Amino acid sequence: MGKTLFEKVWDAHVVKELPDGQTLLYIDLHLVHEVTSPQAFAGLRFAGRKVRGPELTFATMDHNVPTVNPKDVRDAIARKQIETLEQNCREFGVQLAGLDSPFQGIVHVIGPELGLTMPGKTIVCGDSHTSTHGAFGALAFGIGTSEVEHVLATQCLWQSRPKTMRIQLNGSLQPGVTAKDVILGLIAKYGVNFGTGHVVEYAGSLIPELSMEQRMTICNMSIEFGARAGMMAPDETTIAYVQGRRYAPKGADWEACVAAWRDLKSDPDAVFDVDVVLDVNDLEPQVTWGTNPGQGVGISGAVPDPKDAKSEEEALAIRQALEYMDLKPGTKISEIPIQHVFIGSCTNARIEDLRLAASIVKGRRVADGVRAVVVPGSKQVKQQAEAEGLHEIFLEAGFEWREPGCSACLGMNPDIIPAGERCASTSNRNFEGRQGKGARTHLVSPAMAAAAALAGHFVDVRELTSEGVTA
Amino acid sequence: MEPMVKHEGLVACMNRVNVDTDQIIPKQFLKRIERDGFGEFLFFDWRYLPDGSPNPEFELNRPEAQGATILLVDDNFGCGSSREHAVWALRDYGFRVILAPSFADIFYNNCFKNGLLPIRIPRDLYKQLSEAHARGEWRRMTVDLEQQTVATEHGVNLSFEIDPHKRHMLLHGLDDIGITLQYEAEIAAYETSRRPYQLVYA
Repeated sequence: MGKTLFEKVWDAHVVKELPDGQTLLYIDLHLVHEVTSPQAFAGLRFAGRKVRGPELTFATMDHNVPTVNPKDVRDAIARKQIETLEQNCREFGVQLAGLDSPFQGIVHVIGPELGLTMPGKTIVCGDSHTSTHGAFGALAFGIGTSEVEHVLATQCLWQSRPKTMRIQLNGSLQPGVTAKDVILGLIAKYGVNFGTGHVVEYAGSLIPELSMEQRMTICNMSIEFGARAGMMAPDETTIAYVQGRRYAPKGADWEACVAAWRDLKSDPDAVFDVDVVLDVNDLEPQVTWGTNPGQGVGISGAVPDPKDAKSEEEALAIRQALEYMDLKPGTKISEIPIQHVFIGSCTNARIEDLRLAASIVKGRRVADGVRAVVVPGSKQVKQQAEAEGLHEIFLEAGFEWREPGCSACLGMNPDIIPAGERCASTSNRNFEGRQGKGARTHLVSPAMAAAAALAGHFVDVRELTSEGVTA
Repeated sequence: MEPMVKHEGLVACMNRVNVDTDQIIPKQFLKRIERDGFGEFLFFDWRYLPDGSPNPEFELNRPEAQGATILLVDDNFGCGSSREHAVWALRDYGFRVILAPSFADIFYNNCFKNGLLPIRIPRDLYKQLSEAHARGEWRRMTVDLEQQTVATEHGVNLSFEIDPHKRHMLLHGLDDIGITLQYEAEIAAYETSRRPYQLVYA
């Protein structure tokens, strides 16, 4: 029997297998940020341990960083956390893309753009959206702080072998429909825990059509349906993306890597524990109405009625979500007004996301009463966008143009959505209180967020014409 | 880490699905650099009213839940963010055991690093136990990790499955890193045979 992509990567990283099934896996790349690492470094210090692989460990600060003036961290506890990371990196010899670095940004944006993320690697980070890096054919997953300490000390991690799932995405996306809509549509259909215990491989005819950035958006949200990791087999698009990046191999090393990557795909006779097929041809732009990423619907749809739920539990979940979101059953999605737009996060703050949003707002104006903010995913994304003049398009339309960071995705910095107000957000979680206590989050693609900013409510971005937006 | 062998305690029940780690410990409390002191912020947004007083509606604020050390909760507990602060907050509050039909993977792993025992139980049994709990038919249970059994005071007995490695670690309160370092020779040997793409090129 053949092997899956996941099995090939897993098998290549086994340091030791115990009779009870636990496997000691070698970790090739450990990404670190300020929020989930201080207690891990403190543990090392307490035990007199060192970082085993400082050259394989790369840190940045993103969660707490203010996006108006990143160095003006007025929250004393946040500042302490940022300074603690600086001090820990110095003490333990870990590379840091700090606030002064031209490479600082959201950890899952900078890994790929620096060429640290490569096919076939095992990649971990104390952050659940580490699944992003699976788009390259890496096995990448989020870990807790105790595991961060373990990887720092040993460059390894104990794991029990997960189950495997293949999700075949077949067909082509309509214009205006994006990778974000694919993953939101998938989770809306199958629920927020159908991936639990599984490593998912995304396959099917859609994947080769997607850019690396679109692939990252899909893999990024694998965790939102509980998957341990999401992966895609590397192809020419992947190789072209990695080539020439700052930390990517050059010359003979590069050739050796590319040769090894050719085999990084599931064998034709590989067997998955679960197989799922989704046709994307008719997929609409998606908007979430509830308080988990699975509570979403196409733009032509409406807020559901708990009476139509398939089970008592689902009805309860809908009722609780509608109460928090202050929505009534049957309300058309396109009639929901919004007061905030957030274009950012590790899901959708890469250059293609900003280009897409800019192409929609160009020459138009943000609707009255809407505060719209663009937070690029990294310093490099920001620099590229400015070189292309995208910032001017956003600013002229009435958007705010900020410095990079996680920002309003989770509101650990000052970027918080006020209680009771609605945000069309390109981020990944619409949990209660995620963007601020009482804030109401609707997850959408960058295209849909841009369109909502212009209209003041959700609109089908496919219906936007050159004549303008109907408010 | 504090070992967990057997535990008898009061059970609090939360009849909620998909409780995410943002609810267990909201983001404004993640900025601290210590591991302790998170208990007072557990379930903060549900637990307190806007004026800071306890929300009497919230499950853990009810008189019968005071002093609970065991949590019975519905499907997919601990989903979302990887923040181990969620486990630290549950432990600091006083919980030693959580029973649910399912847990999110990262949260589940984090529990074992902190002496918190997560037990998966069939959903039918969850419903039966939570309904009987709501009717006041039982309040306390005994959990025996060595025997892998649970017994409620109203006479429901069940056995549960658990990964033998995780069970061993928790029973003896073992530190993973110490064990791993016994395999230093294997790790060093592995490092000499890495493939070219496993390296970081400067």
